[in-house]
Amino acid sequence: MVTPVTPKSWYLPSKPHKFCPGCGHGIVLKALGEAIDELGIQDETVFGFDIGCSLLAWDFFACDSTQTHHGRTTPVVVGLKRSRPELITVGYMGDGGGYSIGSQHLLNAAVRNEKVTLILVNNTNYGMTGGQMAPTTLPGQKTETSPFGRDPEETGYPTKGPEFIAELTPDNAYVARATVSKYNQLKRFIRNALQNQIEGNGFSFVEVLSTCPTNWRTNAAQTWRFLEEEMETHFPVGELKTPFGKGAK
Amino acid sequence: MSLVRIALAGEGGQGVQSVAEIIAEAAYNEDKQTIYIPNFGLEQRGGVSIAFIQVSNEKIGAPKFDKAEVVVALSERAVGRTAHYSDSKTLFVYDEGFKVDDQDLPKEFRKIIGIPAIATANEELHPRVFNIIIMGAVIGLTNVVSFETAKAALENKLGYKFEKDPNLRELNYKALEIGKKMAEESLKEGVDKNV
Amino acid sequence: MQKVIGESKKAFITGNEAVAWATLAAGADIMFGYPITPQNEIMHYWTRLAPKYGRGFLQTEDEISAGFTVCGAVQGGKKAFTATAGPGNVLMQEPFGMAEAMRLPVVGIIQQRGGPSSGTVIYSQQEVTLTTFGGNGEGHRIVYSTSTHQEMYDYTIKAFNTAWKYRFPTFILGDGYQAKMREPLEMYNPEERGIDLVKPFPLLGLEGNIGTDREPQHLVNIYSLEEELYDVVMRVSKEYESIAPEIVEYEENLCEDADVIILTHGVVSRAADDAVKALRAQGIKAGSFRPITLRPFPRQGLLDVLAKTNAKKLLIAESAYGQLDKLVKQEIFGEQIEIENLFMPGVGIIDYHIISKIKSIL
Repeated sequence: MVTPVTPKSWYLPSKPHKFCPGCGHGIVLKALGEAIDELGIQDETVFGFDIGCSLLAWDFFACDSTQTHHGRTTPVVVGLKRSRPELITVGYMGDGGGYSIGSQHLLNAAVRNEKVTLILVNNTNYGMTGGQMAPTTLPGQKTETSPFGRDPEETGYPTKGPEFIAELTPDNAYVARATVSKYNQLKRFIRNALQNQIEGNGFSFVEVLSTCPTNWRTNAAQTWRFLEEEMETHFPVGELKTPFGKGAK
Repeated sequence: MSLVRIALAGEGGQGVQSVAEIIAEAAYNEDKQTIYIPNFGLEQRGGVSIAFIQVSNEKIGAPKFDKAEVVVALSERAVGRTAHYSDSKTLFVYDEGFKVDDQDLPKEFRKIIGIPAIATANEELHPRVFNIIIMGAVIGLTNVVSFETAKAALENKLGYKFEKDPNLRELNYKALEIGKKMAEESLKEGVDKNV
Repeated sequence: MQKVIGESKKAFITGNEAVAWATLAAGADIMFGYPITPQNEIMHYWTRLAPKYGRGFLQTEDEISAGFTVCGAVQGGKKAFTATAGPGNVLMQEPFGMAEAMRLPVVGIIQQRGGPSSGTVIYSQQEVTLTTFGGNGEGHRIVYSTSTHQEMYDYTIKAFNTAWKYRFPTFILGDGYQAKMREPLEMYNPEERGIDLVKPFPLLGLEGNIGTDREPQHLVNIYSLEEELYDVVMRVSKEYESIAPEIVEYEENLCEDADVIILTHGVVSRAADDAVKALRAQGIKAGSFRPITLRPFPRQGLLDVLAKTNAKKLLIAESAYGQLDKLVKQEIFGEQIEIENLFMPGVGIIDYHIISKIKSIL
């Protein structure tokens, strides 16, 4: 059996991980791990994990980490950063924890330009609890609590988080949307987000479009199609705000 | 009929919960008292899936139990995970193809039974009906429901699949029969380990 | 109201599904909720069934919102409810507190899970304190602790009637085991069993022209002076105490000649019943007491039982670390019976645990 090359900042005793087959989290966490290695910040990096599928990453890294409460990852890492500014604090959450119950914290942290890095994995549903509708569920998408398809007349249109965060933040914040279908770009955006904190500039936020074949009930081909054709159409990928020069796609 | 407690355990995707639900439904259809409850902690993702079934003529008490009349482990990992449900009255069943450390087997049991369910499924039927063979075995060991009611419950749950492919019906019923026979044979033989 | 249950129907379903059907049968107009294990399926069933019966639903941004949206709907005169567990229950204490203060008939289904914090998604009886006395008030709420699916169905229907008749927030206190297990029950339309459904009424948006037909309704929950608050709280407390006898429910079994009484609530009472049977068969005289309403607590019922019994010991058994114990002790302060405890926080209790404990204390 071939042992794959893994980032140094990964915690090997917790592998193989517990994410479902086809889940995008594994790709995001690999990009994160490589970014941490390349920037050489393993010892300074501390993670906060939301409750949801994100929590399955609680012992993923060989970095200090804490579980928080559902939706409360942002304030925990804000508190940590304000008391220990030399740490690189990273909040890791899903679209439910970030844009729903955690939205007020996200908004306010952005307004205050908190010097934390938040990675939000968007798979358009509440995964861990069984596939309920989420703020980023697409119009017409069927979920456990939109069994007949999301009706935007009833429940609005999908939340575009990086867009509102870009509006709320000053110019030295970093705001981007990546996708697990474009790995190199994903890693570059994550690196930039972390770099923004390392330099002490301001708020850094990356939403990552990701896959959930378990709750989407899709096979491999259908999963990629939904991500690349539907999600990436609704949620434009790219850097919305960056202090590092023109946003690269 | 006095209380029969059954614990089924296996990997996610093996159909442990489906089989348990069908058995419980069959018992319900015979107007028996029955409770079915899955384990549903976080370990469900990537952990052993366990189903707890109780059937009785009397009202049933607590939904969980510490010892069972029959324990069936559908995967190697499930053996160690369920050994503690076995006491001197328990029939502890697993697939005879498993490689199991002695220390993972129960210390107390009435009989430890290895049945060739996986091999039979793979060679004679179809890998997918392995769990239906197990279902047949459970019925053969406990007689919690009649074979007819079991078939009807199976039809009820999987009928929609059988409509698309009638061969599946044949296959599943055969698996059920084979499992039941395996169980009845094993009750005569079985491996009696000396404690 | 459109009939929900065809003919009185026997079914083999989960507790969550039973609750969903019961809320429909009780005439609930709208549900607000937020995902949290182990009650999610109540929402899953409601969203599929509600449109057929013209009922409404919204998944809110969090539990605080779910609780407050229920308050708003109730103020508008509609039967509204929510369901939650664990940390969601914690968040809902803010809106439930408003409901207590403003006498709003909100109905909440609580499926207890392990705590504190995110604990487990599975089971416990650790939300007793929270559900009976949560928030910054005096616990002016009604709490039914069910132990079977039949009770989940029956008491959910009753909860809406109790809430709208007496105007206190009313809760069904279940747990993850009851939520997820399947057992038989019989569902029915309340009218067929002679159960009248209390009609809801609006507190806001009343009929009639303001000024000519009626005064505007100004609902409050904040007061300027200490004395104003005092008057309100004292008045509500007296009312709560006066209606308690009409609401309290409990069960007792074989206590009079018992040497030991087992006191439990909810699903644990099933294990207690098994234990009493087994102990009696072994010649040990055990009896059981089970409060069905935790608020108001059946104090008089328990005092009556204690007065008549021979028992020198009371064993309080719960899947928590003393939440039921505290509730009981505050009600029977001064009683001489010796109290023993079996605390198994977050863990299911079966007859074996109770029997072993009893043998060790007798």
